[in-house]
Amino acid sequence: MSAQALSPRVETLLALADDELIIGWRDSEWTGIAPTLEEDVAFSSIAQNEIGHARALYELAAVELETDADALAFDRAPEEYRCAPLVELRLLDDWAMTIARRYLYEEADRIRIEALMRSDDAELAGLAAKIDREEVYHRMHAALWAARLRDEPRFTAAVDELWPFALGVLTPPLRLELARRVGRAGASVLDAQERAMHTPELAELLSEMTEVRRSEPGAQW
Amino acid sequence: MVSVAEVWSALGEIPDPEIPVISLVELGVIRDVTVDGEQVRIELTPTFLGCPALEAMRGALEAKVASLGGRPQVTVIQDDSWSTDRITPAGREKLRLAGLAPPTPRAAGLATLVQLQSKGFRCPYCGSTETRLENIFGPTPCRSIRWCDGCRQSFEQFKTI
Repeated sequence: MSAQALSPRVETLLALADDELIIGWRDSEWTGIAPTLEEDVAFSSIAQNEIGHARALYELAAVELETDADALAFDRAPEEYRCAPLVELRLLDDWAMTIARRYLYEEADRIRIEALMRSDDAELAGLAAKIDREEVYHRMHAALWAARLRDEPRFTAAVDELWPFALGVLTPPLRLELARRVGRAGASVLDAQERAMHTPELAELLSEMTEVRRSEPGAQW
Repeated sequence: MVSVAEVWSALGEIPDPEIPVISLVELGVIRDVTVDGEQVRIELTPTFLGCPALEAMRGALEAKVASLGGRPQVTVIQDDSWSTDRITPAGREKLRLAGLAPPTPRAAGLATLVQLQSKGFRCPYCGSTETRLENIFGPTPCRSIRWCDGCRQSFEQFKTI
């Protein structure tokens, strides 16, 4: 599918699905080593759910591309992924940065999901509504941590550092809304780390994530 | 030829793969059944999208229809049509008896943190409402963990979606 021009609908689905898959993978890196047992459970569950959202979105895209969800998730070259650099960053073992990313990602994700729920495309709008109901619990988790760490210098510095990355999750018309929702109205929305300008960390992540799949191409697991 | 009622009755015997005390019909994940000759179409509306039980459910539905002599066609509906409100009253009671507090009604809007942190969630073991939120997340995407001050133990609370 490399040289193929994709429809705007598929571009939308893949951007969202790739973000959900990759942040799910990054969140899962905390499984077993989170600072508390309860956060171990929380990050594992959030990761599982984000990857479930990716699967559902890939399945919609796969119908149009005449492929399947696994092929979209695992068989593309790094440059074919549409994810935002925010989700690619390997933040282990920095809890402040990890929580800052979860908080900014959930706020940005909510804005685009709400836009998709208003779509004229019934399939997209229906799936967005289902995803939205589940994301409510991820947002609660992020909001609790953001409130707890609000006055911690390491957390506020992490939010500042990740702000240009958070902007890159959204298309330009939605960025001012993100600034408003995270209390940064008036902050610059110009220096976004744009989608598809991949970090070197993505190739490393994909290499690890697809290792078993590549070991036996075409195998039924 | 199998009837729609016979299919529903047979599907009512399939336990949920992760919470086997209730059936897929009681869980409310079967949205529709239609029969056209040998063809039996089932619309499956999944609980949480991250739930790995989805493929197990599909497989169990197909096997059950085949055992009735029908040709199964299971379609997974990816929209907002499943809600915890679809769990039947009998299903809710079975959850409670198994120590899994049934979900509160979806009511008007989305669940809020203030609701989850409030009391009023009833302990499935002792019936006390002196309970508090321990973790929004639990062993599966559909459950939270709460602590009961009445009988001093934790329990699982089905999330409302």
